[in-house]
Amino acid sequence: MISQRKEDLSLDHKIIGDLIEPSSVVLDLGCGDGELLEYLVVKKDVKGSGVEINEEAIYRCVEKGLSVSHGDIDSGLKEYPDDLFDYVIFNQTMQQVHSPAEALKEAFRVGKKVIVGFPNFCYLNARLQIFFAGHVPVTPSLPYSWHDTPNLHFLSIKDFENFCKQQGITIEKRIFLNEKRIVRVLPNLFALNAIFQVSKK
Amino acid sequence: MPEKDTKEGIGLVETKYYNLPEKEKFTLESGVKLKDLKIAYETYGELNKKKDNAVLICHALSGDAHVAGFHRGEKKPGWWDDMVGPGKAFDTDKYFVICANIIGGCKGSSGPNSIDPATSKPYGLSFPIVSVLDMVNAQKKLVEFLGIERLLAVCGGSMGGMQALQWAVSYPENVSSCIPIATTYKHSAQQIAFDEVGRQAIMADPAWNGGDYYESSHPSAGLAVARMVGHITYMSNDSMEEKFGRVLKKEKLGYEFTTEFEVEGYLRYRGDSFVKRFDANSYLYITKAMDYFDLQKDKPLSHAFKGVKTRFLVIAFSSDWLYPPFQSKEIVKALKMNGIDVSYCEISSDYGHDAFLLEFNEETKLIKHFLTSTYKRNKK
Repeated sequence: MISQRKEDLSLDHKIIGDLIEPSSVVLDLGCGDGELLEYLVVKKDVKGSGVEINEEAIYRCVEKGLSVSHGDIDSGLKEYPDDLFDYVIFNQTMQQVHSPAEALKEAFRVGKKVIVGFPNFCYLNARLQIFFAGHVPVTPSLPYSWHDTPNLHFLSIKDFENFCKQQGITIEKRIFLNEKRIVRVLPNLFALNAIFQVSKK
Repeated sequence: MPEKDTKEGIGLVETKYYNLPEKEKFTLESGVKLKDLKIAYETYGELNKKKDNAVLICHALSGDAHVAGFHRGEKKPGWWDDMVGPGKAFDTDKYFVICANIIGGCKGSSGPNSIDPATSKPYGLSFPIVSVLDMVNAQKKLVEFLGIERLLAVCGGSMGGMQALQWAVSYPENVSSCIPIATTYKHSAQQIAFDEVGRQAIMADPAWNGGDYYESSHPSAGLAVARMVGHITYMSNDSMEEKFGRVLKKEKLGYEFTTEFEVEGYLRYRGDSFVKRFDANSYLYITKAMDYFDLQKDKPLSHAFKGVKTRFLVIAFSSDWLYPPFQSKEIVKALKMNGIDVSYCEISSDYGHDAFLLEFNEETKLIKHFLTSTYKRNKK
């Protein structure tokens, strides 16, 4: 599962990097080319590992000196023991797993905190595309056509917050962003992406 | 395969020999003591002053210590020449690469075709049964002799991968990283079954004579059949289809029991060329060692890796049905359960088990950088 957006990767990475305590143990699920993991290893001195399904991406991770396991997130998570990680990261991959609820449950089993970054389906421009143009939205955070997308689930910021409430998941931090900067006003309307730090206390 | 220039890569190399001092007895896993242990080995590159750049490569069933470069007068390089040399995956400008012939083998190390000092004749079946652990213990003696306390990496494909795993399990303090390729943590019933067909083919050859044939004609027919069966398991259905299909050697069917299909000719050729370079008794001993290999021993596999600190790079190939990727995944899972640092890649390839000798571009991408980062981490 390759990260979807190239242009604002650094903002993502910076935000996630700021969330993570230095020298912690991190699992990045769907780590792609390993850019975020490398950033965390270099800047935050984390002990990091990744899970990635794309063979070419595995080569690029290993080239960066990262530890990465070839496989899918759904089955990959089951291979780790309880409480091994301080953080489990789903950056732009939660919407691609078969069962997000099951994946999150597993993530809480193996890690203390979970960081989820996902594209907001109810971004203003997406709403306008549906309402006025009458087609499934294509936005900078959801750049795929309906027939050629790795995304299995489409959710808004509100949907995720409701989901956490239902599942008894505590939202510790939430950051919303558009292409270049952080969004503070009406995020469910104006944010392209959301990053949540959640735990199960 | 086009012939290579003997000057490119490593160039000329030669096999060296190490004899364990006579007062040191070498005790095998079975409890039997081997009277004199001889190990044939080759090295490439230079061991640095800190002696922290040594990499051990373990060979598979039919391999030998000659991994890379050329022997004088030979036109064919060592069996993994694409991987070992200046600038290659195992970069001999940076690392000191060692490969030793396994004990029980027939390429210079102690095995059934070596001379028994008690009788001054080849051991034959009086050579004791050896295990993968015994192979590793013999390599350990060699590594100690070379003055190396801790290996930067142990790597091997197929049975070489079993040795690499055994090293990490038996000598975790002496191995910084482990690269098992296209291998398993235990021989399955199917893997044992194929080995047994090979052994029975040899033993059914009257020339085998209970293993005592060194002074007469060798059981070539039996060994050739064993190799033919082996070769089928090394390829995939797709690679055989691609290479041979139903192509005939002659224009049409002859309605006779001759070698008619290309695939038959290929297997015959493989079998016949193998008997010229391999000892039938060794084939029995080595396949036995593989069949005995079992790191799990009725416990969860994760128990085998308790206390291991070695870093791992596990590689499997999508079309390998002899040592299928799921067996490698089991290894990866057991390592993860111990919180051990592991990378895993399933390289997509149509070559079947043989891929570990052929997909060197992909292997290079992984191994070269894995070694670099391991070396860098060790320096920290």
